[in-house]
Amino acid sequence: MISDATIADLFPSLQQEIEGTKLIYLDSAATTQKPQRVIDAVTHYYEHDNANIHRGVHSLSQRATQAYENARVQIANLLHANRHEEIIFLRGATEAINLVAQAFARPRIGENDVILITEMEHHSNIVPWQLVCEQTGASLEVVPICDDGSINMEAYESMLSEDVAIVSTAHVSNAIGTINPVKEMCALAKEIGATTVIDGAQATGHMDIDVQDIGCDFYAISGHKMFGPTGIGCLFGNYDVLQEMEPWQGGGDMILSVSFEETTWNEVPFKFEAGTPNIAGAIGLGAAVTFIQELGYDNISTLEHELLVYGTTALDAIDGVTIIGTAPGKAGVIAFTVDGVHPHDVGTILDHAGVAIRTGNHCAEPLIKRFGLHATCRASFSVYNTKEDVDKLADAIKDAIRILG
Amino acid sequence: MSDLRELYLEMVTDHAKNPRNRGKVESCSHIGTGHNPLCGDKIVVTISIENELITDVKFDGEGCAISTASADLMSEVLVGKTLVETKHLFQGFHDLITGNGGEEEIPRKLAVFSGVKEFPMRVKCATLAWHTLIAALDGNNETSTE
Repeated sequence: MISDATIADLFPSLQQEIEGTKLIYLDSAATTQKPQRVIDAVTHYYEHDNANIHRGVHSLSQRATQAYENARVQIANLLHANRHEEIIFLRGATEAINLVAQAFARPRIGENDVILITEMEHHSNIVPWQLVCEQTGASLEVVPICDDGSINMEAYESMLSEDVAIVSTAHVSNAIGTINPVKEMCALAKEIGATTVIDGAQATGHMDIDVQDIGCDFYAISGHKMFGPTGIGCLFGNYDVLQEMEPWQGGGDMILSVSFEETTWNEVPFKFEAGTPNIAGAIGLGAAVTFIQELGYDNISTLEHELLVYGTTALDAIDGVTIIGTAPGKAGVIAFTVDGVHPHDVGTILDHAGVAIRTGNHCAEPLIKRFGLHATCRASFSVYNTKEDVDKLADAIKDAIRILG
Repeated sequence: MSDLRELYLEMVTDHAKNPRNRGKVESCSHIGTGHNPLCGDKIVVTISIENELITDVKFDGEGCAISTASADLMSEVLVGKTLVETKHLFQGFHDLITGNGGEEEIPRKLAVFSGVKEFPMRVKCATLAWHTLIAALDGNNETSTE
């Protein structure tokens, strides 16, 4: 195990000062910083192996194809997929959910069907379903959450009627950190024959994900939230389900043969990867997976949980600070408000102390409204953070209260 | 912390904490709703105009210190102004907070926002009420800073 102090040293972007003080990056739920090895993997690809994949017979194309496909195998292993063909490379979790909505749901559902999501979803797990509902006449129903930010399982069970065709839920809430009981939710959904979609953008890279154990049909992941580059993510899809689906986008690489009369599709997963993909991004993501595996999920979870506990105690101790979301199972995310100080002002004052947090509605406007708020502050932790970082956060919040409270 | 103090000058924090013009102008002649999607802030500005002069401005809604203070001080400086004068003042204010000059003729109640120029992310906060008001006077009831 690499020691806490040295983990941060592996991230070049963390070696800088903001306003004359060391950067304290507490916005990893928005995007994580990148370790040197991920940057090196992307650079190496462009410097040595840059070529298009799956078509050239020349050396560079072979190397690029191999590196890209190796990354797919790595992701499949990370998620415990049954086979690597179950991993589709896409732009990110948003695109993954949109693919499921358009290529799986849209042709299969009608006006009597219900799509069930939860009150804590990111906009990326709301809007794609609203589009499908508009297109098909299906209805969107929303499982409420409890006051502590955990899902109301009683309500969930009672809403699982025979009309529910799809259940789509976040694994971990981006805005308040709640970890949902996705395995239990999928089992209940399966009983009524619903298809299950998990938005894993905030879970992957933080905890061991086993898509077979969870029992979901689809699982969406985001590369840049797990130390990988932006613009790359994946959809895990059950192989049999993917086989039944028609392509989403048409173009090169997704076909077996094309004539003006008839075109036949390539096999899964290539059927869903039209056009030249983000090759460098996939290779960078592969390097991020290696990084995660070397750190080990036990170490990552322990470290992030310690920061969550330490941070919760530190923020609870500040008069005027209220933590939003106190579910028993939480990832390393603390959402909070400061009495009399708007989150935007908190964000500006913290930035001046070198502390980067997110402020606003966190692309989860309905959830923030559920708590009677317009905006919150959010500190989110990753492996490169330390308790000293949390102390700086607490000190900076006290400064904000002194200035504006 | 020096520029932070320039952003949050005493007059700004005072008007943010105790806005004088929060509320609604009864029997207003113009009303506008503004929205800053970045922070989720919404503001409703009501205006009364008689004989082409602004006689009263009030605002309502949630906002950060900068947007609240800016709405409140805007409401004060615009009483007695024409639409043309209002647009002229806004131009000067906008120039000031984006670092494009404007220092010379700006009233003190607007000049206190000059610190915003060091915080480009906060320009939208300072201008939300202004955009909303001018859009309302131009006949657009909904505006967004995006």
